[in-house]
Amino acid sequence: MPKRNDIKKILIIGSGPIIIGQACEFDYSGTQACKALKEEGYEVVLINSNPATIMTDPETADRTYIEPITPEMVSMVVERERPDALLPTLGGQTGLNTAIKVAEMGTLDKCGVEMIGASVDVIKKAEDRNLFRKAMQNIGLRIPKSDIARGMEEARELAGQVGYPVIVRPSFTLGGTGGGVAYNREDLEKWVAWGLDASLIGEVMLEESIIGWKEFELEVMRDKNDNVVVICSIENLDAMGVHTGDSITVAPAQTLSDREYQKMRDASIAIMREIGVETGGSNVQFAVNPKNGELVVIEMNPRVSRSSALASKATGFPIAKIAAKLAVGYTLDEIPNDITRETFASFEPTLDYCVVKIPRWTFEKFPETEDYLTTAMKSVGETMAIGRTFKEALQKGLRSLEIGRFGLGGDGKGRSEREGIDPPLDEIIQKISTPNSERIFYLRHALKEEIEINTIYELTGIDPWFLHQLKEITEMEAEIAGAHFPLDRGLLQRSKELGFSDVQLAHLLKRKDDNIRQLREQQGLKCVYKLVDTCAAEFEAYTPYYYSTYEKENEARVTKRKKVMILGGGPNRIGQGIEFDYCCVHASFALREEGYESIMVNSNPETVSTDYDTSDKLYFEPLTKEDVLNIIEQEKPEGVIVQFGGQTPLNLANPLSEAGVRILGTSPDSIDLAEDRERFKAILDKLGLVQPDNGTAMSVEEALKVAEVVGYPVVVRPSYVLGGRAMKIVYDQKTLEGFAKEAILASPGHPVLIDKFLEDAIEMDVDAISDGRETIICGVMEHIEEAGIHSGDSACVLPPHTLDKDVLRQIKDSTRALAKALNVVGLMNIQYAVKDREVFVLEVNPRASRTIPFVSKATGVPFAKMATKVMLGRTLKELGLTQEIVPHHISVKESVFPFDRFPGVDTLLGPEMKSTGEVMGIDTSFGAAFAKSQLAAGQNLPVQGTVFLSVRDRDKEHVCPVAEQFIKMGFNIVATAGTSRFLQERNISNQPVKKVSEGRPHIVDHIKNGEIQLVINTALGGGPARDGYNIRRAVLEYHVPYVTTVAGAWAMASGVGAMLGEKLSIKSIQEYHGGQGD
Amino acid sequence: MKAILALEDGTIFEGRTFAGEGEVTGEVVFNTSMTGYQEILTDPSYKGQIVTLTYPLIGNYGVTDEDAESGAIQAEALIVREYQRIPSNWRSQKTLADYLNAAGIVGVEGIDTRALTRRIRIHGAMKGIVSTVDQDVESLVQRAKESPGLIGRDLVKDVTCDRAYKWEGEQERRFHVVAFDCGAKHNILRSLAGRGCYLTVVPAHTSADEVKSLNPDGLFLSNGPGDPAAVPYVVDTVKRLLDYLPIFGICLGHQLLGQAFGGKTFKLKFGHRGGNQPVKNLLTGRIEITSQNHGFCVDIDSINDPEVEITHINLNDQTLEGMRHKRLPVFSVQYHPEAAPGPHDASYLFDSFTQLMTEYAKA
Repeated sequence: MPKRNDIKKILIIGSGPIIIGQACEFDYSGTQACKALKEEGYEVVLINSNPATIMTDPETADRTYIEPITPEMVSMVVERERPDALLPTLGGQTGLNTAIKVAEMGTLDKCGVEMIGASVDVIKKAEDRNLFRKAMQNIGLRIPKSDIARGMEEARELAGQVGYPVIVRPSFTLGGTGGGVAYNREDLEKWVAWGLDASLIGEVMLEESIIGWKEFELEVMRDKNDNVVVICSIENLDAMGVHTGDSITVAPAQTLSDREYQKMRDASIAIMREIGVETGGSNVQFAVNPKNGELVVIEMNPRVSRSSALASKATGFPIAKIAAKLAVGYTLDEIPNDITRETFASFEPTLDYCVVKIPRWTFEKFPETEDYLTTAMKSVGETMAIGRTFKEALQKGLRSLEIGRFGLGGDGKGRSEREGIDPPLDEIIQKISTPNSERIFYLRHALKEEIEINTIYELTGIDPWFLHQLKEITEMEAEIAGAHFPLDRGLLQRSKELGFSDVQLAHLLKRKDDNIRQLREQQGLKCVYKLVDTCAAEFEAYTPYYYSTYEKENEARVTKRKKVMILGGGPNRIGQGIEFDYCCVHASFALREEGYESIMVNSNPETVSTDYDTSDKLYFEPLTKEDVLNIIEQEKPEGVIVQFGGQTPLNLANPLSEAGVRILGTSPDSIDLAEDRERFKAILDKLGLVQPDNGTAMSVEEALKVAEVVGYPVVVRPSYVLGGRAMKIVYDQKTLEGFAKEAILASPGHPVLIDKFLEDAIEMDVDAISDGRETIICGVMEHIEEAGIHSGDSACVLPPHTLDKDVLRQIKDSTRALAKALNVVGLMNIQYAVKDREVFVLEVNPRASRTIPFVSKATGVPFAKMATKVMLGRTLKELGLTQEIVPHHISVKESVFPFDRFPGVDTLLGPEMKSTGEVMGIDTSFGAAFAKSQLAAGQNLPVQGTVFLSVRDRDKEHVCPVAEQFIKMGFNIVATAGTSRFLQERNISNQPVKKVSEGRPHIVDHIKNGEIQLVINTALGGGPARDGYNIRRAVLEYHVPYVTTVAGAWAMASGVGAMLGEKLSIKSIQEYHGGQGD
Repeated sequence: MKAILALEDGTIFEGRTFAGEGEVTGEVVFNTSMTGYQEILTDPSYKGQIVTLTYPLIGNYGVTDEDAESGAIQAEALIVREYQRIPSNWRSQKTLADYLNAAGIVGVEGIDTRALTRRIRIHGAMKGIVSTVDQDVESLVQRAKESPGLIGRDLVKDVTCDRAYKWEGEQERRFHVVAFDCGAKHNILRSLAGRGCYLTVVPAHTSADEVKSLNPDGLFLSNGPGDPAAVPYVVDTVKRLLDYLPIFGICLGHQLLGQAFGGKTFKLKFGHRGGNQPVKNLLTGRIEITSQNHGFCVDIDSINDPEVEITHINLNDQTLEGMRHKRLPVFSVQYHPEAAPGPHDASYLFDSFTQLMTEYAKA
């Protein structure tokens, strides 16, 4: 049956900013869906607040609204665009929840919009625990027993019914409080008492414990004729108890016999039917009792998900694209399989390789929180690796993680290996028993200590099959370590088949990795490339999607075309996210436009860059020197682009260049020059530019000396890192001592940079593009928070709204001069601080920055594409870019933080980046654009109520006009004693409130009682005073908007002002840039 | 121990044994199922074949008596990428290597099974030899060439039962079915027995009169190995029984029926072996993901009898997957509704058979 002709226009809701649990996989699926629907001739309308996405590129959809994803805004889009249908299943949980709310508001009925893919009823049946339980009972399946208790007596009774051990979880806590396991009545009393107290509504849920059971996922698709296929099975290495997003997972399932697998497949198909997902993809999670095979259903998501993105990359089957086509009425047997061309989507992919996904955590960013994993997801990204054995895939995955490791161990990079001492037994036992980000490495220690596999299994719940695999790796490690260089070919080959990297071999054999490479060359041992083809070679595959392995036959099809390789960014982490993937994807598009074959190398399964049709060729490989050089040897590209993928490829620039690889665009030497303090200083001096007083140090002693010379406060940071890793403002010598040590560790072998910190300066971000002759400013962004907060965390506005023309001209002139001096070809980013109208250069990065997608969305110019063309030799003039585009509208970028995932973490911002994602607000006034950015970031701006003020002495003077502004808008002011008195003296009416340390009721009580609508609390600097900390955690948990700087308070006042004025309006990006509809 | 796999076209693969030793010839075929190695090895249809599994990690969950599809390992040899020495599954009774060793079957690992699969896909199924005794590749290739292959070969006689036996389940006895054992998989018998059929499983050379003397409610024609054109004696028997009682055929049984209806069989380039083959039921429009294992196929264009209706086709290559007689209560499928291994999408066909027998009994 053909596609539906009764619908013409379809609305898609995106997933908004990157947050933990919702990352770029939804850009990948959304982009696929938009493309698929457009291909079919539908008009696609999109709303997504995240500018760093390919889906919000003006070409992806027909009408793109970069507006907050709130029910109100989506309703406005519906009213304005009058789509025929809404497809809610592609924007993650955000898309699904928002769609339900819009439906409940009546907008869809009123405007005659049909929900396709999954109806409101279906979504509720899958999401509501009780409805879901009943549905499962209907089809003879069960979910873990659970029920709600409202008091101790009820809890005791329930625990009896559910059976011990029982998990006690407080209902409605905010901020990942987790739960406790009660093994007996005594435990129960303890946990229930705690849970009732922690719950906001005085309820606890008692749940049957299935901790230690094996966890599986199936990705399922259904079409309107009720044809159901299973795309992929996934088995978690970590047993139940660790969120699947935090688990190492493997595709396909490894430890199920066919009987068990088919039972699970039958169950998932029955669930699809019972829940009633009309069309599209869903994911079903199961737990299996390892002792008797008993199967329980954990949950099902009637939408594309992180797992479906992984399944798509793991199998080559594009779930989101097919889901979109099914939603408009196609059936599975009508949709061709792009990879084989001769077969259709109505089949089940079969794998002839093993896929391992490993999460990427950033606990180092949140030292106040403990590194342990629970049922609440904490990882910010993931990496995927493909190999012909599990061992190979696992080790490839571990070296893709960008945590400085090159395999499971024996790479000389782990802490214990660096320090030359193995961790003590009790530490090993503790670290494997409690799931944490380093557990996989401690499993190696446990195996090396010859702890019995059965014992490890008892402690971890990790299936012995996986443990034996790890054991084979450690045994091979020992065998290599016991061998002599040069290894014989047999052992070398076997070590490679088990995924050992050159770095591991070099460390174990006490050689350099280049020696291992030479040895492989001498012995003629080369990796081969195999295809991901959905069908285990049963049909010919046309899509060149490759992975490496050490085997007989090489399937890589090398063309004679001129080609360029793009190195991607690896797994998402804080400081390096979707923005860089966006740039890589644009590079690929530009290469195609210029007639080059584009070759993408990346290891991140969530991204658009690793979609099989983004580039001409995709190598799903780790981004290490060894792996990249192997591909280069195979493909012999004309050049390699390293400046788009963030720090990961940038770190490879020198090693690749030394190996004779041509780096396109700005030279590695220039990149180095910008990072090298001394050389950079010389350039600044020559150009007559100034930077804050500074110096470098290789030791703590040197650091103290430098600080003394430049004077406190100072900014301390390691070089060659991204996202302000281990960067801090230090106010005194004692703090510096401790911190300098950490900074030295964060980037070993590189100097620590120490700058004079400019207090109360305005920070600017400038992106520019240069072809080596001309330099054009892409955009100048003014940070809303003052200098000292990492640029990735700071809200910013484009164009700048407070700086005068002279200062701006000075900034632009400096930018052009620096581009010339550094011989930039491509993109560059410079950060400036302006203090008392004097311009200081803070940092220069001759590469694509995190702000490029935002600037491109604000100006309508695809700078990353242009930069790629420039690197290929085109001039800016040829590309038609002759002057800076300064838009008439105002664009505000706001950052989004993961604090609610990390109990006990302070939300204060500083020079180390903490945000996971960003949103954009666009409008004609600053206030409206700022208000939109806040709404998009999930802050509910108040339009009435009470503002709480507590500011440090330096800010008291500056905060007065802000307070007056809020009073003018009808707000009441309350303030802590000092601030209150200060305001009182200036006749600003306010009520004093108690600090937490001053007795009750204090400010946190007021926040909890909903009496405070906005918190302005400045405390940048020193250690987090306990009072400030308590307030910040409370506002986080109770969703009260808060600002931590006076500048932010001003912006907030403008935003509130805009909310009080006319109703916010919406406008598509195509209208902003095409001039239509103005 | 070093093992060599030589194909008749001269291709050589070197690997190591993880079970067994010796030398064996057969047609080299690949199966793309990711689970179910034990069921595959014990499926009598693999007689005369050296099986390679495209999924690289094999042995993960061990073996268990419950999952055997016949009383013995039927494949001539097993070729995998990486054998998993330590299985992990609560049902596992022993390792795959022990299982193969006990049967004296060679298991080889360390072979680029994807390269082997591609070779077969591109050049077609080939005769091959696996040897741990002869390391001389030329002589191995020569012997691969000289090996009998499958075309024109009756392997049914090697796998069929010696004499008739009974098979029934715990269900109420509703239908007496005579099952022709051309190499029947146990799960077919289980699937029928689970629906109230009590079976008399008979050798493939049983005559039509002998069948009639058993006075059954229905006749089942099983799967089996070798060339369907090489067992004319069974085709003959089927012809005689066509208008006598309800008949259901699976795999070889379908090919026998095809010939009984006047059709011809041919050898597919490399066959269908796996658990992900899409089949469209033309009567309902529904798609079934099916388990398949066949190297021969009934030529869809050779079924010219207007009374025979094509009911199922393969969506990958449009080959014939199922048919029924419009007047007589006879139908068959090329694929395996009993799964084991593979998806259960087509298990309704067993219900169709009991339904047919019920209706026929009433009429």
